[in-house]
Amino acid sequence: MGGVMDRRWSRCLAAALILLLCWLLSCRQQGSEPTGSSKPVTGKIENKGSDTLVNLALAWAERYMGEHPEIRISVTGGGSGTGIASLINGTVDLANASREMKSEEIRAAGANGITPVQFVVARDAIAVVVNPSNPVRALTLGQISDMYTGKITNWRELGGENRPIVLLSRESNSGTYLYVLENVIRRGDPKCTLLFSPDTLLMPSSEGISTEVRQNPNAIGYDGLGYVTADQEVVAVAADEGGPYVLPSIATVNDGSYPIARPLYMYTAGEPVDQVKTYLEWVLGPGQTLVSILGFVPLH
Amino acid sequence: MFARRRTRSAQANWTEFLIEALIRVLGFSTIGFVLLIFLFLLREGVPILRDVELSNLFGVRWYPTFHLFGTLPLLLGSVLVTVTAILMALPLGVATAVFVREVAPDWARELLKPMIEVLAGIPSVVLGFFGMHVIAPFIREALGAPTGLTVITGALILAYMALPTIISVAEDALDAVPKSFRDAGLAMGATQWQTIWRVVVPAARSGIATAVMLGMGRAIGETMAVMMVTGNAARMPFGLDALLRPARTMTATIAAEMGEVAQGSVHYHALFGIGIVLFLLTFLINLVAASTIFKKQRRGGLR
Repeated sequence: MGGVMDRRWSRCLAAALILLLCWLLSCRQQGSEPTGSSKPVTGKIENKGSDTLVNLALAWAERYMGEHPEIRISVTGGGSGTGIASLINGTVDLANASREMKSEEIRAAGANGITPVQFVVARDAIAVVVNPSNPVRALTLGQISDMYTGKITNWRELGGENRPIVLLSRESNSGTYLYVLENVIRRGDPKCTLLFSPDTLLMPSSEGISTEVRQNPNAIGYDGLGYVTADQEVVAVAADEGGPYVLPSIATVNDGSYPIARPLYMYTAGEPVDQVKTYLEWVLGPGQTLVSILGFVPLH
Repeated sequence: MFARRRTRSAQANWTEFLIEALIRVLGFSTIGFVLLIFLFLLREGVPILRDVELSNLFGVRWYPTFHLFGTLPLLLGSVLVTVTAILMALPLGVATAVFVREVAPDWARELLKPMIEVLAGIPSVVLGFFGMHVIAPFIREALGAPTGLTVITGALILAYMALPTIISVAEDALDAVPKSFRDAGLAMGATQWQTIWRVVVPAARSGIATAVMLGMGRAIGETMAVMMVTGNAARMPFGLDALLRPARTMTATIAAEMGEVAQGSVHYHALFGIGIVLFLLTFLINLVAASTIFKKQRRGGLR
């Protein structure tokens, strides 16, 4: 029992040592080779955060490193909260987030002498997904809210088969979790105190949600549109009972008819400078061509 | 010549002293580390008692993002998953130990023992993946649960993980039962089965109890596999169908939420508070296991 923890700690320690070593090495490199003529690595960008953004961030980083071999960008996921926490601790240059920073996080950053600067880098639709064998294909925001708060517990009440509803959600460190809570469950009402039903299964990853939706005809889940695979069925969503039911797509997000879409952010510690600035300019400019390939909605 | 021998022996004494001191320091440092870890846990976890009122801490709702820190569903979730796992692993483990030690021919024992040790070496994340893709759909279809990510799925995986511990410790306990016990049983006309069931296993019962406690300690601390297959819904596991419903364990909660929290926040202290509870639970379990071992030593010989 102790062995597992011990092993994990020692692994953490080893990872920390390796990171320290890398850091020392990179410092020396920067110091000794100010002008890279034969394209040595002169700059490193640490990029961490939202699991929603991680594939897009990886695609950007790979394409950018292909064009600029002197820059090394490392991308990790872990959730918006994780990335922002790292930015506050000063361990990353760029934090990816699928939600805005909370005021307490901005305060915590301020206490560490860091002023976070926000950039909108893409837009994302949140797709509501069910198993393909489920006949329910359209839901209103009110119905989704009633399901996730435990008011509706059987698919029969929504015109489906007599099956219990199994609610799937991302973990509470996910920006998507907070977005759905505020904009779907609470319908954007800041005074509302509704919460996810305690029966909601909190899955540690997008993969967990897609696996369960694929296997289980009782399940309903939500995730960024870029993560929906072909074996899940996307539900059309209407803002109100009378309103049109709309499927998420680049067109419906851009014309504002799909009701659950949100901006995706990158945060820097202070105004970006040097290689981070150049990278962000590239992301907001030529990098946008990659956005739609990965299922997100480009800014322009 | 006499003088030279004396310096050599003095030198030997000196190196011996050094080695002994080193080994002693290393041995005691283990205790030191455990104490330091516990102190660290206390320092990081105790502030939760100041930040959050007790009625909230012992509430039934765990929504740390909204200042609801009810730990009861997590505690009960851990206990339910662990106890179910041990109830499944105990008969299997003891039966396997009995077979390996008492019944199996030599060649089978030589084959089985290393295989059981290999069981212990499977990484928990692999078992979790297997559970998610194979056991979960099976549980849903076979038992009619709404979802396959349930207490019983987690308990099955944990039972599997606790088995090697239970088998090897129980086997040692059976091994320690004197041969004269078996001979006496057989000599009185008991069959082999009667000897095993009425004489050998009862004689080894305290060792078997230790095996169960160690297996339990292994199960309650397990994180990754449990997080992947129990569904992580922080609900109170009451009702007859609690085994077929999801649950959230303490370990999974710490693992899933630790990456997110800001250092020093209320949520951070709450997670360390859970860590203290886990530490105390495993400590208690180990203490019970150790006390049965000490009792055995007092009586002289394993019984």
